[in-house]
Parts: sequence; structure tokens; C-alpha cells
Amino acid sequence: MARRQEAKGWVFVGPFLTVFALTFLAPIGYAIYLSLYRDQAFFGGSVFVGLDNYAEVLRDAKFWESAGRVLAFLVVQVPVMLGLALLAALAIDSARLRGAGFFRIALFLPYAVPGVVAVLMWGFLYGDTFGLAADLNKLLGTDAVQPLSGSWMLPSIANIVTWEFVGYNMLIFYSALRTVPGELYEAAAIDGAGAIRTIRAIKLPALRGAIVIATIFSIIGSFQLFNEPNILRTLAPNVITTYYTPNMYAYNLSFAGQQFNYSATVAIVMGVFTAIIAYVVQLRGSREAL
Amino acid sequence: MKRTKSSRLLTGFMVLYLIYTLVPLIWLLISATKTQDDLLSTPGLWFGDSFALFSNIKQTLTYNDGIFLRWLGNTVLYVVVGAGGATLLATAAGYGLSKYKFVGRRAVFAVLLGAIAIPGTALAVPTFLMFSKLGLTNTVWAIIIPSLISPFGLYLMWVYANEAIPYELLEAARIDGAGEVRIFFTVALRLLAPGVVTVLLFAVVATWNNYFLPLIMLSKPNLYPLTVGLTQWNNQATGVGANPIYNLVITGSLLTIVPLVVAFLLLQRFWQSGLSAGSVK
Repeated sequence: MARRQEAKGWVFVGPFLTVFALTFLAPIGYAIYLSLYRDQAFFGGSVFVGLDNYAEVLRDAKFWESAGRVLAFLVVQVPVMLGLALLAALAIDSARLRGAGFFRIALFLPYAVPGVVAVLMWGFLYGDTFGLAADLNKLLGTDAVQPLSGSWMLPSIANIVTWEFVGYNMLIFYSALRTVPGELYEAAAIDGAGAIRTIRAIKLPALRGAIVIATIFSIIGSFQLFNEPNILRTLAPNVITTYYTPNMYAYNLSFAGQQFNYSATVAIVMGVFTAIIAYVVQLRGSREAL
Repeated sequence: MKRTKSSRLLTGFMVLYLIYTLVPLIWLLISATKTQDDLLSTPGLWFGDSFALFSNIKQTLTYNDGIFLRWLGNTVLYVVVGAGGATLLATAAGYGLSKYKFVGRRAVFAVLLGAIAIPGTALAVPTFLMFSKLGLTNTVWAIIIPSLISPFGLYLMWVYANEAIPYELLEAARIDGAGEVRIFFTVALRLLAPGVVTVLLFAVVATWNNYFLPLIMLSKPNLYPLTVGLTQWNNQATGVGANPIYNLVITGSLLTIVPLVVAFLLLQRFWQSGLSAGSVK
């Protein structure tokens, strides 16, 4: 076909790329530029400092504490969430569940709830003035349930995130399962394969791509953790520090501390971390697929 | 043949999970019927002494000269222009990448795949710094422009266009003398419809739920979307001069959820088929 014809593809791709350049590439470029400078305390203006800001981030105990926290969070939360989503998807797809269509739509509902509302809601439920934690303590005659206290906080946040996103991931898995041709199941039944073997031999391999993608998106989401801790902070200001997650750290550096150069550096370092981990997961996932 | 005997273990697990999913929503629904006094004094999962749902709604809509309605209007504006624009851009670009083998196509793919791995919030602070240099903070554009890009939407539309539009159809339209843009709007768009609804719905959710971006971009309450406004109300409960309005936060939350839930339920058939097409790859 004529080359001129093919070049018309730019008409369709061009507008997207223009806005993309403005909202993705330009901020990245600007952040890199900022990260190479530092404001001067006494003389005003800013000076070029090369990679000094990066060296400082890598030595920054607050940064490592926040990065360690989201890492601990995702190591536990992502497998639990995706495990539940997988179980639910297999159950709904199994034809051995009554009212599967109802379960599918009901479990997906939390995804339509804005994250902010989810956190406000759970924040109320966690609270000890009113809410379910208070009711539960009253019922048990103790004060053992303290979702907003120090050691409970991270699991409490993990619970909110899990509640929000199991349904979404379930739907991704379920959609992938729907693409398995029926003949495969028939062949397996003729071979006398039971439910468990069918899952292991047919369903899980069919889900591999979807699982890899869901894992990558969940990891990216965990590293971005911001809304939940930032909103819960009003309820537990002593537990949630201004550097509770890397994102909160970058945000507070900018908006409370006016340290824009350093804040940009933290954002870039976290972006690079996230990209590397997502890339490794993708490589491992596709290698196992071979 | 699939067996149709239902399994008790499976059903039991799913019912438990269903309860976990619904309890917070039921709590919200019940709490929206309570006065502030009842909220503090009666058990969370049962109704209070009074049924105050309608007076709560009325108060929510009129509190502070009806600022809630203003926030609702802002949210709708951001969603219509932002999510609508995002869907249009993603649909056109996905179609273009799928149906035209232009020079530079591979480079476009490489850049986009790299971009998907960059967390949106990592971009938010640099975007704020850049927008404030450009004088765009505290304007509606600070929210709308970043909402226009949905890499996931582009990916979905690309996959969908690969599946749904045969080249022969485009060839036939070309022989009939139709221009490329006209072919897109008259022939392709109709075939892409389920994919478009899916992308639109997910873009609507993303913009409706947007919190971080407006939080940093806007400092004028009359530009806030619902999400930022509600947290602002919630923050009134603590600090100096605390003036808790829990009943309004709860009723406002309920009102914020309802439109999206209704949209998802009504458009079920479309987005579910769109998603399954997207997961083929």
C-alpha cells in the first residue's frame, strides 16, 4: 500500500502524542532539570549541583524508611489481594457457584467507589468514637481492636486497598478465563481430569498474562500509596508521619517544606525504582511463559 | 461439558467475601439516615432513633451556600471534558497505531510502554511545579489537561481495533472514495463502540475519583471536585475551632458514589464485553 496512505496514521496518533508530551515527557524533563539544582539558603537563586541531590536521597534515612514501608506493604498486600481475586474469579468461572453473575457485579462495586470515599468510610469504621471498631470493642468488653494505632495502621491501610481493588482484578482474571475455548474443557473431562487438575493444567496457564499485568499494576499502585495514609492522617497524626510513604514525603517536601528540587529528586528516584521492579516482574513473567 | 452441581465450600467462601465487600457500603447507607447525635450514640449497623436521610441530603446540598453542588458541577466538568477527551484521544490513537504502518510507529510504542511504568503520582509533583511556572495552577486546566491521557485506554483501544476492524472493510471504504478521517468516524467508530464504552467508563472513574492532582493543583475551594471537598469537610472535625459535620461527610460520600454505581450497573453489558476483548492479548 502507498506510503502516503500509511503516513495518515499520524493524524490519529498525533493529538494523543502532543498532549502526552505536555503531561508526561515535559514534567519528567522538568523534574530532571530541577533535581540537578539546589536553592541557595543565603544568597537566593539556585546553583547547579550535579548529582548531589541524588546522593542525598540515597543517604536519607526518611526516604529509606518510607520506601521500606511500601515494600513491606506490597510484599504482603499484593499477593493477598491477587490471591483473593484469583480465587473469586475461578469460583465465578467454575459453573459451580449459584448466582455467579450477581457475585461478579457485587464484588466489583468497590471499584466504582472513589478512593477518597473508601478511605473516609473505613476511617469512620476504624474509629473508636463511632464505627464498627467501637461497636466490636463494646461487644467484646475490651479495647483490643485499635485499627488506627501504630502497629495496626499498615494492615488497616492494606485492608482498604484490598477492599477497593480485589473486584477489579477479579474481573481482569475472569475476562481472561472467558477466552479459554470450551473444547479444552471437554478434552480435559474426557481425559478424566478433576476440577483441580483442570485449574492447574488449563486455567492457570491461560491466566498467566493477566496475572503478570495485574501484578505490575498493583506494584506500581503500592509504590504510589498516598490517598489512604494522607486522609487517615487526620485521624492519627501521631502514627502517620509526613514521610510515611515516598509519595507523601515528596508531597510534603514540596508543599510544607518548599524544597522543590529535593522533592523532584525523590519523585524521580521512586519512579526509577518502580520502573525497574515492574520491568523485572515482566521479564520473569514472560520467561516463565516460555 | 461443565458440571453444574454447586459447591458448598465455594459458595460459603464467596458469601463471606460478599459480606466483607458490602458491609462498609451498608454502613454508609444506614449512617446517611442518622443525625449527628445518632451517629455518635447508636450502633453502626442498625438505624438510629430518627430517620434523617432527607434532611441530611438537604443540609449537604445547602451547607455553606450550597458549595457541595458547586463541587459536583466541577467534578462533572472535569469528567466530561477530561474523560471525554481522554477517550477520544485514546480511541483515535489506538486505531491509528493498529491500522496504519507509518514510519516511527515502533518508536511511539516504545515511548508509551516506558511511560506506563511511570507512576502517575510520581509525575504529579513535577507537573505541579511545571504548571505553576506556566500559571496554570488554580485553573480548571490544571485538572483537565493531565486527565486527557490514558495509556491504559490507548492499550485497550489498540488491542480492540486489532480484533474488531478488518482491513478489507477500510479498503472497501477507500475504494468508495471516503477520506481517512471520515472512515474513522463513520465506519471504524461503530465497530469500536464496546471498546470505547469501556475506556470511557474507566476514564470517568479515574477522573471522578481524582484526588491527588486537584489536591496539589487547587487552593481555591470553589474549584474543588467532590473528592477534595469531602476531605476538607472531614478535616473540619479536628484541629483548632473543630466543627465536625460527620453527617454531611457521610451523606456527601453516599451522593458521590451513587452516579458511578448506577453507570456501572446500567452499562454492564458493554464494559464487560470490552474488557474481555482487551484481555485476549
